[in-house]
Amino acid sequence: MRRLLPRFPHHTAAALALFATAAPSFAETVMGFIYVGPKDDYGYNQAHAEGGAGVGKVPGVKVVEEASVPETNAVQETMLNMVNIDGASVLFPTSFGYFDPHILKVAKEAPEVQFLHCGGLYDEKKHPKNVGSYFGWIYEAQYVNGIVAGHASKSGKLGFIAAKPIPQVLLNINAFALGARKANPKATVKVVFTGDWAMPVKEAEAANSLIDQGIDVLTCHVDSPKVITQTSERRGAYVCGYHANAAALAPKGYLTGAEWDWSSVYSKYAKMIQDGKSLMNGGIPHLIRGGFKEGFIKMSPYGPAVSDAAKADADAAKAAFMAGTLEVFTGELKDNEGNVKVPAGGALKRDDPAIESMSWLVEGVLGSTK
Amino acid sequence: MAELSATSSGQPGSPGLAAPTPGPRLKRAWGPAFEAILVPLGAILLALVLFGLFCKAQGQDPFKVYASIYKASFGSWFAFQNTLMRTAPLMLTALCTALPARLGMIVIGNEGALVMGGIGAVIAGLAVPAWPPHLALGLMALSGMIWGGLWISLSAGLRQYRGVNETISSLLLNYISIAILNHLVNGPMKDPSSLNKPSSFPIAEEIMLGRITFGDFTMRVHWGLGYGLVACVILWFLMQRTTFGYQARFIGANPKAARLGGLPVNRTTLITCFLAGGCAGVAGMVEVAAVHGRANESLAAGFGYAGILVAFVARFHPLAIVPVSLLLGGILASSGILQRAHKLPDSTSLVFQGLVFLVILFSDSLYGRFKIFKP
Repeated sequence: MRRLLPRFPHHTAAALALFATAAPSFAETVMGFIYVGPKDDYGYNQAHAEGGAGVGKVPGVKVVEEASVPETNAVQETMLNMVNIDGASVLFPTSFGYFDPHILKVAKEAPEVQFLHCGGLYDEKKHPKNVGSYFGWIYEAQYVNGIVAGHASKSGKLGFIAAKPIPQVLLNINAFALGARKANPKATVKVVFTGDWAMPVKEAEAANSLIDQGIDVLTCHVDSPKVITQTSERRGAYVCGYHANAAALAPKGYLTGAEWDWSSVYSKYAKMIQDGKSLMNGGIPHLIRGGFKEGFIKMSPYGPAVSDAAKADADAAKAAFMAGTLEVFTGELKDNEGNVKVPAGGALKRDDPAIESMSWLVEGVLGSTK
Repeated sequence: MAELSATSSGQPGSPGLAAPTPGPRLKRAWGPAFEAILVPLGAILLALVLFGLFCKAQGQDPFKVYASIYKASFGSWFAFQNTLMRTAPLMLTALCTALPARLGMIVIGNEGALVMGGIGAVIAGLAVPAWPPHLALGLMALSGMIWGGLWISLSAGLRQYRGVNETISSLLLNYISIAILNHLVNGPMKDPSSLNKPSSFPIAEEIMLGRITFGDFTMRVHWGLGYGLVACVILWFLMQRTTFGYQARFIGANPKAARLGGLPVNRTTLITCFLAGGCAGVAGMVEVAAVHGRANESLAAGFGYAGILVAFVARFHPLAIVPVSLLLGGILASSGILQRAHKLPDSTSLVFQGLVFLVILFSDSLYGRFKIFKP
């Protein structure tokens, strides 16, 4: 640390000593939030920025933010700046790709700062003590999305525009398809992979081509659902949101949406930190996960096109998730090549490692992970 | 010549210039140099005024914003290292556009060559995990250079032998290289533990490119900065001080005459483009060896495209690339403070970059228009 920051060690040390000794009511906790894209993308980054804004309202918390920070050593510089110039003692670098090597590198050099990363990647054998990770089982919300979509679709054909065939994405596609087939057992979900997280042109092309094929409800897993939402509204199709509430972009066709509730998660972290808990003293667990029940995710309010029957089914599923009585992946489940993935009577529970490494698409999904 | 300078010195200097009018000999020797420095400086000043108006429109005091920008990019050693860190890859990728431009070619395949160089470097690094670090790094740099070099040579070959426009082909090759990267890290090169961010296996910690150190003095900046500086100087020497460089510039000035004169046009073009792509390839190697340690989508972070901008503003001069990269590095480094201290939107830094570079490019059309600089 000292070797690294010749001009600031005394200030930093003094500030940190202050944080360590002062009463919680007296010291202000500075939290730094870093986003990989713009804060108003109606998607991943907006969800985190809303979380940052939410925790900023907690008394004694000051939030500093930086948006559009690429996953290069630029983010390491941003973290160092927040620590040394703004006096941040807690950092939330929110992009998945910030973790390795960037957070790991800076965390080793600033052992008194807590780094909380969104993605669930923490491994206690390999990673520094001052690093923690959190992630939500948002596929529960995609399941509810699917129920509403299955009810709304007249053709029974749904579309899913996704960035990459990685486990987190496949999980969402499968949950959406299972929800849709709960509402309409004949429903199919056609998947298009665009290849990257932000490909507005390809996303618009995919949306148009899916609608041209008779698909009348779309959802997605890309960084910003903005283009897909706007395209489907213009084409008169329905759309289910992802990451953040995008109802403003599609006042007619927006059904509901799977949203993160980072404001609730970050406020809980703030509470723990103000109570004197930390990752280093073991007061804060290094790995936190949650779904509806734990307040990690929520649904957008229903749009005008959602029927009462759809609302009843969706609300029932949500209530069951809240009560902890519902699992998305229960047997018998086959993949879309006919192989049994979950035997009859079995279930892939949300903390099952197989959830983390899902590599198949469920029956009813038209598409391939290759 | 004497008559010429006599007539020109007889003309009235442009009014309003505060500096004493240089004498004829001084003017003849230094006029063009003054012009090359004063025109871009004037352009930067104009851009500063324009961006100041933008800040004012956003409700911020422009002078305070400039004070912050300076503080965050050049104001302290801590800040200056931030700037230098961002400068390093820009110098290398800028050369990828600057060298072929001497031949009259506009190559914009920097991003693709960087990605290919990164892939080449990872393959070399994975092949020799136990080599002594210097040798392993040398091999990785060489491999990165060859992969990036061949990538841009592809564009050059298509142009020389098949008449394909090099701007279009190099642009399209960017997308192909990113697709190749995605294919490799999802397939043959994939580390199975990289579930949600498909990546190659990591290279050994011991053969990573370290930070710049001299005895007790350590910087946060990695040795990639040194690679960039050395490349700029070597290629300046090659292009300005050798027969090869003279040939290249001659071809750029008049390709038909060069061909008629018996110059090896195709060979010179291919070699120049190989070196250009090699520089971007080394930038990819530096990103892998100093920052990421593996190949994945983070390699395509836009350094290649930023390099095109740097090359144009530097008017394709290898040495001018150094200060221009520093300027852009400083602007990039100050992006954070605009957001954190002034609550300006994250695109403010792009507005600033855009204004500075547009005005500088516009100022290109002013060369030769001021009598004061004429010998």
